[in-house]
Amino acid sequence: MAIEIPRIPLGGWIEGALTWLTSEYSMVTRAISRATQTGINGLNDALMWLPPWALLLIIVAICWKVANARLAIGGAAGLALIWNLGLWNPMIETLTLVVIATLVAVVIAIPVGITAALSERLYRTIMPVLDFMQTMPAFVYLIPAIPFFGIGSVSAIFATVIFSMPPAIRFTTLGIRQVPKELIEAADAYGATRGQKLVKVQLPLSLPTVMAGINQTIMLALSMVVIAAMIGADGLGSEVWRAIQRLRPGDGFEAGIAVVILAMLLDRLTQALSKERKS
Amino acid sequence: MNEERNVKIRVRNLSKVFGSQPKKALELRDQGLKRPEILDKTGQTLGLSNIDFDVHEGELLVIMGLSGSGKSTLIRCLNRLIEPTEGEIVIDGEDIPTLGEKALLECRRRHFSMVFQNFALFPHRTVQKNAEFGLEIRGIDPAERSEIARTALKQVGLDGWEDAYPSQLSGGMQQRVGLARALANDASVLLMDEAFSALDPLIRGDMQQELLQLQSRMQKTTVFITHDLDEALTIGDRIVLLKDGEIVQIGTPEEILTKPADDYVRRFIEGVDKARILTAESAMRRVRSTVRDSDGPRTALRKMREHGLDSIYIIDRDQQLIGLIEAEAASQALEQGKERVTDVMTQDFRRVTLEEPMHHLFAMFSEHSFPIAVVDDQQRLLGVVVKGAVLDQLAQAAEPTQIAEPSTTTTAGDA
Ligand SMILES: Nc1ncnc2c1ncn2[C@@H]1O[C@H](COP(=O)(O)OP(=O)(O)OP(=O)(O)O)[C@@H](O)[C@H]1O
Ligand SMILES: [Mg+2]
Repeated sequence: MAIEIPRIPLGGWIEGALTWLTSEYSMVTRAISRATQTGINGLNDALMWLPPWALLLIIVAICWKVANARLAIGGAAGLALIWNLGLWNPMIETLTLVVIATLVAVVIAIPVGITAALSERLYRTIMPVLDFMQTMPAFVYLIPAIPFFGIGSVSAIFATVIFSMPPAIRFTTLGIRQVPKELIEAADAYGATRGQKLVKVQLPLSLPTVMAGINQTIMLALSMVVIAAMIGADGLGSEVWRAIQRLRPGDGFEAGIAVVILAMLLDRLTQALSKERKS
Repeated sequence: MNEERNVKIRVRNLSKVFGSQPKKALELRDQGLKRPEILDKTGQTLGLSNIDFDVHEGELLVIMGLSGSGKSTLIRCLNRLIEPTEGEIVIDGEDIPTLGEKALLECRRRHFSMVFQNFALFPHRTVQKNAEFGLEIRGIDPAERSEIARTALKQVGLDGWEDAYPSQLSGGMQQRVGLARALANDASVLLMDEAFSALDPLIRGDMQQELLQLQSRMQKTTVFITHDLDEALTIGDRIVLLKDGEIVQIGTPEEILTKPADDYVRRFIEGVDKARILTAESAMRRVRSTVRDSDGPRTALRKMREHGLDSIYIIDRDQQLIGLIEAEAASQALEQGKERVTDVMTQDFRRVTLEEPMHHLFAMFSEHSFPIAVVDDQQRLLGVVVKGAVLDQLAQAAEPTQIAEPSTTTTAGDA
């Protein structure tokens, strides 16, 4: 005898909740939207105001200083290629989104990560949430972003922050929990307060791990920002998107290669940064 | 040594139960059950039970016991890195277990510096910054703390290493940093949990000697933990012997060796007991240097300096021992223009023959700190016995391997 199990209207509930949230908090979302848009425009304008060769030189100089000559040369070649392909402006737009999304993600993630490391209860609550955030297909975040923030870059930032934040939280928590307990004991023995322990012992010792988390956040942010072209974010992603729609694989690959170059540059640069901090 | 000394820390009725039902465990303890039975019945570990002892101002108190006897638990209860289950720990009138959070921090800053078995240095800080740690926590201003830390590093022989990181140093040097961190802090009590156990034997011996020198210079109240009888005998003014979380005996090294409280202690010092048949001869050392009765104080001072002595024996032309001169007396004599060492010599030391039994030497050391002179029947100086040498001899006779083992035999024997 088959029992008719009614379908649980999960989707309906979520939609209801989202509608309620958007109408109830439209003031807030609009304010956030405006602030974010201003940030994006400002950074974008600043980066575009510089002629490509100047920005290229600056980036190469940073690579040289933080990492080594190899990265500097590779970076120069890669950026020159992007410029040559006429993808400079989309690259800057993508970079802007990545930088802003990462900043927001890190500013939220580090305090949350610290608190989770110090409170067993928060740790247990937050870990499944992080799993959820990371395993939910990235596209899904784009959908609720639109009613909140409309089509465009702000929605892209919102979805990107949610998608890329988990590793920064996770690694911060991990880094602090990994501090050897003898060192905590030593700090306690000398009468350190919680704050002193955090600032003088736990944070400096977890810094390399936190940096590794930030590195991952940047990589995830880059991948998401590209996907976010589907909801109207500018940048290299929208070049790919256009190539798909017009069936022009050549253009698509060119934009794809530009993404790869940007990714490698950001990755090596942040890795070098965290290594430099360590020694 | 036997005068009344001020009590720095008074510990009374201190107990610690590891587990969620401490009351139950203590009830069983009061019914006379021991640690293993309590563990069987309740799953609670009786870490410490009814500990009573005093730490005197300026003494070096050693807490000794086998692995698991509760030494680390005890020392951590003093500064509440481990919360005691019951009991009193009074330091300068303050009962530590009753302190609130803030008062506890203040108490730790003022009263306790700690040195750890595995050093526990901060790897991201330079040697200098490690030494400054305690002062930084207390909010001393940078210029001042840098100065104090520098002095502390000098004291432990690490000047020139300020900018190195701990990972660049050998184990012995790392522990010197640990010691400097503790000394710089200038808290009133120094806690050392197996501070030298991770060092290899030669370095360990050096560190023990240096600690003794620091101790005689600064008279810092020190609680030192070790599982090593040799070490306890070498450095301890008094020794607290722990077994299964209880005190079996408290006493000077001499008392522990000569009047063991029970079979457990007797077995612990079994090897050492053989020392009763040892004589002064076995502990005697060559005299490093002497002065002639015709020498002046300047010569005496120079020889003491050359050989690192605090005092030097005076002999006449027939090698006969006629007196002893101390460095201080010699320099006074020099200032006052006295010409002969004999003008300021003292007879305030002990002389013995080669046959003197070793355990008599202990008592002598408690009266005089000078090396004991060993003479032949014509009063000619043959050699000297220093305190460390007596203890070395006893410890050697005890054979460290035997000491490290009795855990299994004793628990088996007890059951
Ligand atoms: N956090 C804890 N939880 C449960 N039992 C503990 C805990 N800490 C110590 N114990 C137990 O208390 C007893 C005393 O331990 P403690 O570490 O004080 O011994 P110890 O004398 O310092 O030994 P060692 O020489 O090995 O350092 C041991 O039986 C140990 O297993
Ligand atoms: Mg221990």
